[in-house]
Amino acid sequence: MNSIHDLGGMHGFGAIDVERNEPPFHEAWEGRAGGLLEVMTFPAGFTVDRFRYLRETLRPDLYLTQNYYEQWMYIAEQTLLESGMASREELARGEAQAPKRNDAMRADAVWGFLHDRTHSGRDLDDAPRFAIGQRVRARNMQPTGHTRLPRYARGKTGCIATRHGAHVLPDASAHGKGDTPQHLYSVRFAARELWGEHANPRDSVHLDLWESYLEPA
Amino acid sequence: MNQHKHAHDDSADIAHHHSIHAELPSDPALRVKALESLLTEKGLVDPATIDAWVETYESKIGPRNGAKVVAKAWVDSDFKRRLLTDATKAIGELDMLGAQGQHMVVLENTPDIHNLVVCTLCSCYPLPVLGLPPVWYKSAPYRSRAVIDPRGVLKEFGLELPEHVKIRVWDSTAEVRYLVLPERPAGTEGMNEEQLAALVTRDSMIGVGKVSAR
Repeated sequence: MNSIHDLGGMHGFGAIDVERNEPPFHEAWEGRAGGLLEVMTFPAGFTVDRFRYLRETLRPDLYLTQNYYEQWMYIAEQTLLESGMASREELARGEAQAPKRNDAMRADAVWGFLHDRTHSGRDLDDAPRFAIGQRVRARNMQPTGHTRLPRYARGKTGCIATRHGAHVLPDASAHGKGDTPQHLYSVRFAARELWGEHANPRDSVHLDLWESYLEPA
Repeated sequence: MNQHKHAHDDSADIAHHHSIHAELPSDPALRVKALESLLTEKGLVDPATIDAWVETYESKIGPRNGAKVVAKAWVDSDFKRRLLTDATKAIGELDMLGAQGQHMVVLENTPDIHNLVVCTLCSCYPLPVLGLPPVWYKSAPYRSRAVIDPRGVLKEFGLELPEHVKIRVWDSTAEVRYLVLPERPAGTEGMNEEQLAALVTRDSMIGVGKVSAR
């Protein structure tokens, strides 16, 4: 969706505010919110792509002004609501109405959970459509759902740098349409192709793009 | 979550949120407290598990992991070669793969090529080797500017690169996670792996800094 999360190339946000010796969490509640969303029981079929999509649905003014972990709470609340795991009344009151489950992740499972090697790579019989070195154009697509093709690359021409094998397609996975694996490519775009003549002719931007995002150039 | 729910109109999700927002505590500390207590009561989360998650990122998983990878590559040319050709396998040997870092690529900085990593669409970051991302990495100024003005961004971090250096910006749009292998600084020839690891900064592994011999 063409919302505020797609920030690449925008102007006006000012200088980068770097904090020296930054702690992992600035306040205790940030850690609670972060941990809650990571270790809570998710509805069956929930994916990292759904997680990212839900964050993108946050109102643009809140996306830019809310603390990162407040945005995670929003993702948790929306997940509970849309799956029916908690009702609006329960969330508003902070009190449970439905019976208790007993399968929450245990503390001694956290290390294994964070070192889980389950990945988005998938086997795919279809041969890759594009070869290394081939010129490709990122399609001018404007989906209202989740996608990982940023606006700044759409319609631009680049070159296949490497192949990453086939991976789950976020555009499908975020919307309950399964893995729908496709070949994934690292595509190199010259900075001048993306940003015009003022860009340094030596510089480039690499994006990881799925096969359906691309067409031969 | 059922298939029907997922496939429904996207605009309905957004309207839904607008209506619940006003009913929740505006103070984030109260909001998370209410959420945690509700989920605990429903058996959907165990507070002790949240404690363990927080403790892991506060003291066990952080940029010291990545620094070990870098120092090993500096002293062991065979490991470096494997790291640059198949980072997932090489980092897997050190047991540093996991959530948000299952498929790794390592980018080597040289006197002629400087790599810089960003996630313009969200906050993708190689967690198992660098820990949680700093606030600036997730912020609008860094995400908007790293792709269009990498030299200006680097200048703000105190790094002015010569004109001839090629800058390659890596926008993390997939589950592939990028770690920069910074240049080993001059004057460190006599140092061992542990001493070298102590020099390696988080910023140098994102590509917004260089390593100095101190």
